[in-house]
Amino acid sequence: MRRYLFDKQSTNMGKTLFDKIWDQHVVTKAAATSDVLYIDRHFIHEVTSPQAFDGLRKRGLPVFRTEQTIATADHNVPTKGQHLPIKEELSRFQVDTLSRNCEEFGVKLYGLGHPFQGIVHVIGPELGITQPGMTIVCGDSHTSTHGAFGCIAFGIGTSQVEQVLATQCVLQKKPKRMRITINGELQKGVLSKDIILYIISKLTASGGTGHFVEYAGSAIRSLSMEARMTICNMSIEMGARGGMIAPDETTFDYVKGKEFAPKGAAFDQAVEQWKKLYSDEDAQFDTEYTFKAEDIEPMLTYGTNPGMGIGISETIPRPSDAVSSNSFSKSLEYMGFEAGERLTGKSIDYVFIGSCTNSRIEDLRIVADYIKGKKKAAHINVMVVPGSKQVESQAKKEGLDKIFEAAGFEFREPGCSACLGMNEDKVPKGAYCISTSNRNFEGRQGPGARTILASPLMAAATAIEGKIVDFRQSFN
Amino acid sequence: MEKFSSLQSSAVPLPIEEIDTDQIIPARFLKATTREGFGENLFRDWRYDAQNKAKPDFILNNDSYKGKILIAGRNFGCGSSREHAAWALVDYGFKVVVSSFFADIFRGNALNNGLLPVQVSPEFLDAAFKAIEQSPESSFTVDLENQNITIDATGQSEQFDIDPYKKMCLSNGYDDIDFLLSVKDKIVAYENR
Repeated sequence: MRRYLFDKQSTNMGKTLFDKIWDQHVVTKAAATSDVLYIDRHFIHEVTSPQAFDGLRKRGLPVFRTEQTIATADHNVPTKGQHLPIKEELSRFQVDTLSRNCEEFGVKLYGLGHPFQGIVHVIGPELGITQPGMTIVCGDSHTSTHGAFGCIAFGIGTSQVEQVLATQCVLQKKPKRMRITINGELQKGVLSKDIILYIISKLTASGGTGHFVEYAGSAIRSLSMEARMTICNMSIEMGARGGMIAPDETTFDYVKGKEFAPKGAAFDQAVEQWKKLYSDEDAQFDTEYTFKAEDIEPMLTYGTNPGMGIGISETIPRPSDAVSSNSFSKSLEYMGFEAGERLTGKSIDYVFIGSCTNSRIEDLRIVADYIKGKKKAAHINVMVVPGSKQVESQAKKEGLDKIFEAAGFEFREPGCSACLGMNEDKVPKGAYCISTSNRNFEGRQGPGARTILASPLMAAATAIEGKIVDFRQSFN
Repeated sequence: MEKFSSLQSSAVPLPIEEIDTDQIIPARFLKATTREGFGENLFRDWRYDAQNKAKPDFILNNDSYKGKILIAGRNFGCGSSREHAAWALVDYGFKVVVSSFFADIFRGNALNNGLLPVQVSPEFLDAAFKAIEQSPESSFTVDLENQNITIDATGQSEQFDIDPYKKMCLSNGYDDIDFLLSVKDKIVAYENR
């Protein structure tokens, strides 16, 4: 790992991708350090929007730009029997409140039952709402996902949701710029989830704080859009406001033909603009890291924040300094692990394949491809939750649902599901879950649940074996 | 938003690092559609067991530790963008959170709710924890105008940073939305450029 720090004396420099988009969206300044940033697309969902709509009502304000506001229900929805009324009263009320608010304020809603419904960070890209060069916000920290298209996309609090609804702008201090470059070729069995877990394990859960990250390098360039989204999605897990990848042919090909993407000549014109979205060669970053793709193994987390990750062949480290040893021990105690031990061989109770990190069609294909003709271990519970109705129907079209069922996996309906222990899908106290989601915090998947973050491939292998294995051996 | 100028209070110590917003307020308590009442579930799973009985070893259940200041380990408020975390801390009665490092989104959410995040050096944080260890009633003075925090017993004091615009908002009780609404014509002009 190499790290550079540039001083910012020199002017007349080229611009970073981040600066190009940010500067283009500054309406005015509130003070020397606060920009009024114009927002192109605002996604909302049921959990972080009700108080914002209340705020509008109290001030007698309309939604300023309804056509730039898109709503869906995802966090609080059941993933079974979505055609029925939601059983849990508070959840039902919250989802109904979103519907009422959208109707009252004229906001387009892809609610339960709609063919476009799904996790907000899955539907934006797959509908072509997310396009290169845009500024995108949502009351959800994983909004960073949309950065995969060369967007400035970041999570905001509910007060800011209200501000964007009222003015299509947020007040924001411009973050510093970081570039993380990954060059080289990935080992077999290593997915983009492993890349980002590796990066976070090196930078820690706070290493990106105050920064906006651009991911670059040949290993990043070689990734599909789905894989790029997984990387940008977890930028927040190292504290960064967002992550982005310069758009290229892979991006343009993905956007082309999507429901709300520009069509025909308008698309070609858009691509001409999008091609200008890259960091100039002489652009300077406040912080830079470079890693070698060859050094990355399939990753697993062993602790209670996403920075606590190791490669499959490694052992759980010992606390490096006395200051943090208390928090480190508390974390291992919660997980029931000891410093110095390996994770391979550990028996696992649950496997969750889903969330805004890894619930896209490519993720489901990877899992289905690995488990085809195999059966899950008898003691393990396996849930596959597609990211959207469109992912669900595509999976069915390809017969992936049949492969999941034959292996004993439960194929559910779309939603955030067991990623966050809010809806009905939870992991019981003390149980171990290999999860393709993004957070291994204490109780994240349910009170007392023990989460180990990993790639869809690791999740699939664990489901079959019932324990953590170095599945790369099966490739030989 | 309530105005903030200065505060003298004892503090509640929570010397744990990487306290994420899922600990501050677990997701299953985010189903409310108003801003009130979240204090009841602040640090829910550290504070109560599965039978909803108070865990005696958790600091908020110990009557010796009270106050309007929460002092916590580094990277406080990481994780989810849920503003409910700031609402829960404010609803419980906290006015200031002191840590050696704050996550970005939490810091913004706190400032938008009149909760002052005071970022201090690791050394000052240690000294603050030690002062409380010696005497749980130890008081601290937080002065927004002069941007400093003092351990009253020892007089040890440290400056803290705050964005000048957010300082002005906090001192006057202004919300960002008031400012944004005041520049609406500029926003429309931007759209039409």
